[in-house]
Amino acid sequence: MNSENSVGELVSQPYKYGFVTDIETEKIEKGLNEEVVRLISSKKKEPDFLLQFRLKAFNQWKKMKEPIWANLGYPEIDYQDIIYYAAPKKIEKKESLEEVDPKLLETFDKLGIPLSEQKRLSNVAVDAVFDSVSIATTYKEKLAEYGVIFCSIGEAVNDYPELIERYIGSVVPSNDNFFAALNSAVFSDGSFVYIPKGIDCPMELSSYFRINSGDTGQFERTLIIAEEGASVSYLEGCTAPMFDTNTLHAAVVELVALDHASIKYSTVQNWYSGNEHGIGGIYNFVTKRGHCRGKKSKISWSQVETGSAITWKYPSCILQGEDSIGEFYSVALTNNQQKADTGTKMVHVGPRTRSTIVSKGISAGHSSNSYRGLVQIGSKALGARNYSQCDSMLIGDQAEAKTYPYIRSQQPQSNIEHEASTCRISEDQLFYLQSRGIGFEEAVSMMVSGFCRDVFNQLPMEFAAEADKLLALKLEGSVG
Amino acid sequence: MIRQDAKVILDIVDLHARVEDQTILNGVNLKVRAGEIHAVMGRNGSGKSTLSKIIAGHPAYDVTSGTIYFQGENLLAMEPEERARVGIFLGFQYPIEIPGVSNLEFLRVSTNARRTQLGLEELDTFEFEDLVNERIKLVQMDPIFLNRSVNEGFSGGEKKRNEILQMALLEPIVAILDETDSGLDIDALRIVSSGVNQLAKPNTATILITHYQRLLNEITPDYVHVMNAGRIIRTGGKKLALELEKSGYEWLDAEPGNQGGLNHG
Repeated sequence: MNSENSVGELVSQPYKYGFVTDIETEKIEKGLNEEVVRLISSKKKEPDFLLQFRLKAFNQWKKMKEPIWANLGYPEIDYQDIIYYAAPKKIEKKESLEEVDPKLLETFDKLGIPLSEQKRLSNVAVDAVFDSVSIATTYKEKLAEYGVIFCSIGEAVNDYPELIERYIGSVVPSNDNFFAALNSAVFSDGSFVYIPKGIDCPMELSSYFRINSGDTGQFERTLIIAEEGASVSYLEGCTAPMFDTNTLHAAVVELVALDHASIKYSTVQNWYSGNEHGIGGIYNFVTKRGHCRGKKSKISWSQVETGSAITWKYPSCILQGEDSIGEFYSVALTNNQQKADTGTKMVHVGPRTRSTIVSKGISAGHSSNSYRGLVQIGSKALGARNYSQCDSMLIGDQAEAKTYPYIRSQQPQSNIEHEASTCRISEDQLFYLQSRGIGFEEAVSMMVSGFCRDVFNQLPMEFAAEADKLLALKLEGSVG
Repeated sequence: MIRQDAKVILDIVDLHARVEDQTILNGVNLKVRAGEIHAVMGRNGSGKSTLSKIIAGHPAYDVTSGTIYFQGENLLAMEPEERARVGIFLGFQYPIEIPGVSNLEFLRVSTNARRTQLGLEELDTFEFEDLVNERIKLVQMDPIFLNRSVNEGFSGGEKKRNEILQMALLEPIVAILDETDSGLDIDALRIVSSGVNQLAKPNTATILITHYQRLLNEITPDYVHVMNAGRIIRTGGKKLALELEKSGYEWLDAEPGNQGGLNHG
């Protein structure tokens, strides 16, 4: 009964989404230059404004340096050794699911995301993205009855160019950071959501991102706009095959909430994290930001981050509208050699803006898990309030947890609270549960779910149970 | 209740154990028959608590020689959770707090693990609530504690009641109660003791680990064992406990037969 080893084994469950779909793809040669950027744009038959957006971003990117301040430490990435565009060949524009390659449908079936009319999830509309391309979006017609637009960003560029032109880059400017600039230059596909004034979106919206090609970078871009009084709950899920090379993923997500609008954005990230020796896995560099533009608007981020070899991600809120609300609920689990540096930024601009941060980091194996957060209260944010809670749980004695909370306030009439704790699953706790007939793995998973409960309570119902299971799975064999 | 013809359910044979480099048990022998109540007394550091943890399977202790049979099976070969499922129960001296895990859910999972072993149906949430509401009366515990995290923010007395509630739900064959009386006021002591008395059945046995006679006024032992330096050095009836209460443990040092303990090399 060696409890350290068993914790270790518990976290090392084989990755069950690691298969590769054998499908003919069209790729642009490895490497990045202006020609490639133009080629991507022309393959997607984009209007000129978007090409100009890409070229400007590319030029900015060339002058930028990769950030090194995060507590990650990974080998240098050769940006010329990456394929920037890959698409299943038979894709073109699909009018109905019958025309989609059955192999693709089968892939999503296998991932638990059935797309076909008979099997699709009853209360969730799904946009399925395979490598660089969105292959299907379910329930489009039903949503259209409410004026809700839910489609791939590629389609939106052609069908609603005025919305794209107005909003793209308006929350995350193309020169925001190195990875956002790279994404702005080469972004492939992603989801677009538009909720018209006063509409409460009748179903959950969900995007599922699947990386299939090994040497292809994934650069999706998501844009969600909630007009005055509109509300929507959106969920993204991600998986990738097991390759022993590292795949780059650099996404940008922009959310815009106008007066009284509310957007809830949940992520369950389960990209391949590499094997127990740290070989392979996704490098996940993501810029997610929401702009509470209107008064009393609300943006809520919930994330369950369990995958990727490297995670660099800080979903943030700009709280501009008066009385607007930002929330960040996060569970980040790292195991084996995984490294995560994640957190949020809450930028209080308007008066009486409020934000809540609840972050739960779980580190097992030899992994390293950092919370990095900024709470900034501007001079006009009279009466702004923030509450932050950052808890870390260590499993075994080889893992690392760090917390970097930054607080800057220029407004004396504001209220900022920060609580932090670190705990370890102790041998005595495990023994106590075991001595009541509860098996070792179940005991660990009970404690981990208990630790994460505040965050799981924020997830859409359908996914809370799944997140719980996912954590249990990831921890299997990691505790001893 | 002593019946010489009753079945031996727990048999500890020449048990030696250590933690890290320190020897803690130095040849413990103890036979427990169905229906019996045993009290194990002794000074701090005599090995009483260690003995209880080893029976339950705490991973920090190494058994270096000897065996423990439970209903004829080698208990030492079982994981702690298997021991609990077959009917070993340890009431903790310091029950552990488990933040975030609901007490009610914990009790249910644990009860179902035992029921599965017994070939009984698992109880669903509603059935379990009925059961727990009935058993909670035995320890007069406020049901509000069911909805909190396991032992978190419980007073010492509430933690002990929660332990006996677990015992009432798990219906063990052998219950070992480690210093259950410590930290209890006299009223709580009576409630907890009466719970233990009601749970004692002809086919089960109880081992009380205690410093003090006062628990034994409430629960009458059939045997009292005195531990010193990792072994049982004396066994008697209830009177032995009274003797100890009167004269302390000093006299034991002079007793013949108390040689070869830890203090003597």
